Amino acid sequence: MIYFVIRRLLFAVVLLFVVSFFTYVLFTALPTNPAALTCGKNCTPEVIARNEVRLGYDQPIHVQYGRFLKGIFAGRTYGPEGASVHCPAPALGYSFEYHECVTDLITRTFPVTLSVAIGAFVLWMGIGVGLGTLAALRRGRWQDRFATTFSVVGISLPTFFFALLAILVIVIWGGLLDFPQYTGFTENPIKWFSGLLLPWATLAILSASTYVRLTRNGILEVMNEEFVRLGLAKGVKRRTLIIKYVMRAAMVPIVTIAGLDFAALLGGAVITESVFNLPGMGKLSIRAVTDSDLPVLVATTLVAAVLIVVANAVVDILYGFLDPRVREKV
Amino acid sequence: MARVRGKFAKKETTAEVMDPTKVVGLSPFQLGIARLRRDRVAVIGFWVIVAFVFMAVFAPIIVKIFGLDPYKLDRSAINDYGLPKGPFGGISWDHPLGVEPGTGRDILGRLIYGARISLLVGTIGTILTTSVGLVLGMIAGLRRGIVDAIISRLGDVTLAFPSLLLLIALNQPFTQRLVDLGVPRGNTARLTYILLVLMIFGWVYVARLVRGQVLSLREREFIEAARSFGAPNRHIIFKELLPNLWPQIIVLVSLSLPGYVSIEATLSFLGLGLYAPTASWGLMLGDSVGYYRSDPTYLVIPGLTLMILVLAFNLFGDGLRDAFDPRSDRQQL
Repeated sequence: MIYFVIRRLLFAVVLLFVVSFFTYVLFTALPTNPAALTCGKNCTPEVIARNEVRLGYDQPIHVQYGRFLKGIFAGRTYGPEGASVHCPAPALGYSFEYHECVTDLITRTFPVTLSVAIGAFVLWMGIGVGLGTLAALRRGRWQDRFATTFSVVGISLPTFFFALLAILVIVIWGGLLDFPQYTGFTENPIKWFSGLLLPWATLAILSASTYVRLTRNGILEVMNEEFVRLGLAKGVKRRTLIIKYVMRAAMVPIVTIAGLDFAALLGGAVITESVFNLPGMGKLSIRAVTDSDLPVLVATTLVAAVLIVVANAVVDILYGFLDPRVREKV
Repeated sequence: MARVRGKFAKKETTAEVMDPTKVVGLSPFQLGIARLRRDRVAVIGFWVIVAFVFMAVFAPIIVKIFGLDPYKLDRSAINDYGLPKGPFGGISWDHPLGVEPGTGRDILGRLIYGARISLLVGTIGTILTTSVGLVLGMIAGLRRGIVDAIISRLGDVTLAFPSLLLLIALNQPFTQRLVDLGVPRGNTARLTYILLVLMIFGWVYVARLVRGQVLSLREREFIEAARSFGAPNRHIIFKELLPNLWPQIIVLVSLSLPGYVSIEATLSFLGLGLYAPTASWGLMLGDSVGYYRSDPTYLVIPGLTLMILVLAFNLFGDGLRDAFDPRSDRQQL
């Protein structure tokens, strides 16, 4: 088991390096000159050339990547001497657009994305698992048909269309909520809640639809297993059997998939954040695209990728603990 | 089980399919088709798709016949504030689904042309993704060893990237690169970029499925039999393996196609896909954000159209899966 964990962690570390290298190369090899962004409208070719040397963009790419990595572990100083800015470790770069260390930008926007993700997660697991279980237990009846219809319609509903429709119906026509807005949880929990309700619903509806299916099929599959029949034959109450045994077995794969989806969401809910104008990481990356703010783009992509890789490793290891058959395969 | 009524019943009744003397000669593929025909919801989905395809293919003719020019600016249909005259976004005999605020272009005409873009991205995206995934998956499954390891690890790395974020982030510079490489500037380059990125991130799912299938199929007796007769690899791949892979690939394709349709709309909506005046549903939706307080019809109609097409694909895809892959039957379990 320890061997399995070590191997899985090693693989994750290697994957992290590969992904970070690819991300770095992908963005640095772009035709846009990052040095040209440092001086805005006052750029002359000489200034650009000087900044290129000063920021190290003239160096070969592996040197640049090495410096970038070093910055993550040891911090890094950007800009010319005299007017330099120091970003303490972990330094992911310096944005000349915001005149801030990228790490600060990310730590500032992350709570927003985290709030969006947590609420959406609770909502989608609640609806998805609840409705999926109901559908499985009332198979073929109207509850089942309702859940199946909900799921296929939810999957087909484009995220941004649902978001706009929700704003139109609930905010503008109904006047039931104010336009979604982010308020810090510590500032005002009630405003935090009401301001994020629509973004949560938007994100939850799509995932909930998928989880209705997963849960329904998972439970039905487990109910066909021998041990369930044995339980019934021995006279275990149906209720106890379902809650204690069926659900537990059916939920293992679902919880692991949910972990991956949650991690992916933490990387920034790009569409939802931009429709609802929430200042999270997704919005930060979209703005970085329009501003061609390279350091921010590299950093947000990297953070998102790291979250995915870490979540994958954690899920695999957990799975290894829960299901011995997996250990041998990896 | 849904019973067939109306015209579908004539083609294949339940009794005919169940008749043992006839069933004997049916291949799995024919059986699947027969099962599909009895799935009323899937059949409806199928005809909705056919209607959209018809609309897309004959868009110029349809638009001419009904006089719904999608590019003609109609100043007379909008008032001084640029908003459509009349209720519900200016719905009238001349403009059955109203007009675009600001320009007065006909919405129905633009929707019909927009179907071309959506279906084009959906179809080509799916074909590209599936063929690359199929080839790589087969190579991995047949060669095994180091080749398999490389392809599989490549897949792991690909999946570790946040694809939507990269799709957005690399949009502008890579479109530029494509133009430098000789792809016509403008929407052609944009479309090419979107399709390429979809392929780069999408192949993994197909390849994993195919690889798994090939790994299990290659140990089966009929492949062994073909090998013992000295059949060349070409024969084994095209005559023995592929026919057994088709059903699952078809299912995967039908379920991933609507995803690509949505992605195109999403990108255009975010202002990162196609540019006006080309008619794209996502573009219309993105444009409608500026008007949805004063002209909500303009938001609802393209949104519903997009949803109906995606829904039709999903319903049809579900039907296909039930028909061709009995193990994952939603009804059966």
